[in-house]
Amino acid sequence: MFPHRHLLGIEGLSPADITTLLDLAETYATANRGSTAPEPVLKGLTQINMFFEASTRTQASFELAGKRLGADVMNMAMQASSLSKGETLIDTALTLNAMHPDLIVVRHPQSGAVNLLASKVNCAVLNAGDGRHEHPTQALLDALTIRRRKGRLHRLTVAICGDIAHSRVARSNMILLGLMENRVRLVGPKTLMPSGLDQMVAETTDDMREGLKDADVVMMLRLQRERMDGGFIPSEREYYHRFGLDAEKLAYARPDAIVMHPGPMNRGVEIDGLLADDINHSVIQEQVEMGVAVRMAAMDLLARTLREARDA
Amino acid sequence: MPDRLILSNARLIDPEAGEIRPGGVILEDGLIAGFTDAAPEGAIDCRGKCLAPGIVDIGVKIGEPGERHKESYRTAGQAAAAGGVTTVVTRPDTTPVTDTPELLEFASRRAAEVAPVRVLPMAALTKGRDGREMTEIGFLRDAGAVAFTDADRPVRDPKVLLRAMQYARGLDALIIAHAQEPGLSHGACMTSGPFAAKQGLPSVSPMAERMQLERDLALVEMTGVRYHADQVTCAPGIAAIRRAKAQGLDVTAGTSVHHLTLNEFDVGDYRTFFKVKPPLRSESDRMETVQALADGVIDIVSSMHTPQDEESKRLPFEAAASGAVGLETLLPACLQLVHAGHIDLPHLFRALALNPARRLGLPVGRLAVGAPADLVLFDPDTPFILDRGTLRSKSKNTPYDGRRMQGRVLLTLAGGRVVFDRSAA
Repeated sequence: MFPHRHLLGIEGLSPADITTLLDLAETYATANRGSTAPEPVLKGLTQINMFFEASTRTQASFELAGKRLGADVMNMAMQASSLSKGETLIDTALTLNAMHPDLIVVRHPQSGAVNLLASKVNCAVLNAGDGRHEHPTQALLDALTIRRRKGRLHRLTVAICGDIAHSRVARSNMILLGLMENRVRLVGPKTLMPSGLDQMVAETTDDMREGLKDADVVMMLRLQRERMDGGFIPSEREYYHRFGLDAEKLAYARPDAIVMHPGPMNRGVEIDGLLADDINHSVIQEQVEMGVAVRMAAMDLLARTLREARDA
Repeated sequence: MPDRLILSNARLIDPEAGEIRPGGVILEDGLIAGFTDAAPEGAIDCRGKCLAPGIVDIGVKIGEPGERHKESYRTAGQAAAAGGVTTVVTRPDTTPVTDTPELLEFASRRAAEVAPVRVLPMAALTKGRDGREMTEIGFLRDAGAVAFTDADRPVRDPKVLLRAMQYARGLDALIIAHAQEPGLSHGACMTSGPFAAKQGLPSVSPMAERMQLERDLALVEMTGVRYHADQVTCAPGIAAIRRAKAQGLDVTAGTSVHHLTLNEFDVGDYRTFFKVKPPLRSESDRMETVQALADGVIDIVSSMHTPQDEESKRLPFEAAASGAVGLETLLPACLQLVHAGHIDLPHLFRALALNPARRLGLPVGRLAVGAPADLVLFDPDTPFILDRGTLRSKSKNTPYDGRRMQGRVLLTLAGGRVVFDRSAA
């Protein structure tokens, strides 16, 4: 049903895989809103969250997802531990592997690091973000949110706006939305637009008006603080003026357009504070909610693969 | 009674004449003494295989001093012999940097003791490869430095480079440069384009190569120094070299076998053995580079042998060390270009032996009476699958592991002595 050992990226998934995952996540989303607890399908399994890069939201989401399904969850803050002692990523992976976990959730500041780790362990690995490469559960939760709000996940026009160059969220979303046959536009200053991406997706532009025209979905990206001063953009205020989402720019999009943001938001930098809270457009809280459901579904499916492999 | 050896019944690959002819070679006292069609008693029968001048490989990194666990003169020498490389020209990016005549003499002595092939050192162009003060170019040349280079660290300050070039010009010394603009290249580990963007890896435009080349070439024009760009790997860089040559500057260009036979997609799923400097290019730039070799715009092909231990490669791609070993795979990888019809064998050995020897002013690289008897006998057609575990280098970081290759060295002679014999190995 879900023929994968790991969830390392959206790349490698088929449209059928994505639909399977979203359908299951939908049932978990319903269960999470209701009073009945879901089946503890991860009971007896150990989940380790290894975050080599600071994260509150994603880590909490994975932790909650695991606990709701009955897993034993352990958090390891990796910045503080072995890396400072000079241990290599592979040694850390082997050490952990020897403790026989069933699911490892990894975030790492370098692209490809999670793939490397996954090649050295026997359990299922979920990528919670690697460098500028992929952040698959974010793209899946975005897809689920879009599908719920728009009633479909195809033939939509999606504008992804902001710091595309440094964003793994943009990459995973671009691949997923392209795979499901949507029209993807990338909008941002040329300094934050990697060369070559325009050959992967249909359109890139540095004009919000052009980029947002008739968009069904406007996806804003977080601008990292360290990129704000002079290096990539002249200043925070000029960025907000040209690329920050406010009611005026949103008016270029379709009247029923939804506004998304992976969080945490810089209000007044990439998005207007009032707009972020506008329940007629903003689905930012629903994204967070779907995050738990999607992660429950992903771990459920990988655990099934894992059990099948062990029974065989 | 002179020390005499005859190699008979070979296909002689003569890069100077640009021809392949049947025949045998008479070796006396370490030199080529003549040619013969006879096969007297005691001659080594080459069985119609190819006999060419031994390879002269410019830009080999050896771990001595400083990183002997990665490669020593002994292991590099053995790898070279097995790869048909009879002259190893070493890089000065050692620890400490080879920037004094004393260190250079140490290296030469170590090499002479343990390496079965010729080892000639290059020296740093600036002290500590820091790009601030020039080294003792005169003393270093007298101590045996065949060229001056800061290896993969380009001299940033044009005034420092200008003075080093002016000074080197007075001594007729050769300067070798890694022409990649350092500011643009900083932090990059891939060539920019769709693949790097998709993989989320920091990247640099190949234009960084042209920028640095153009700067260097302007200084060459000012000073008239002898200049060699060690790795020219993309269309804009090739165009710059072509213009400089047309202008009559004393400029040559090299490239690495990796940039001739691999492209950026080979990196695939973050395979660090494919991380080299400059990063692997697009397929169209690879083809341009092959064409430039065929046209003679690129003169020299090197292995850019860079041993790295397992630990420095078993890391996420960005954090992993750059470089690949290449002494043993240089010839079989290059033969891919011959089999594909891009160049012929005499042309290949111009790039591997004759041109590098000429550029360094060495008497090797030729099949001529009086030339040193540095020879390689190989079968260009033998197929094999490379297993990195069989490499003689201490470090096994080859991008060709598991690759189907064609062409093997059978016998290598340096100074008339057999230094490698596959039938005995």
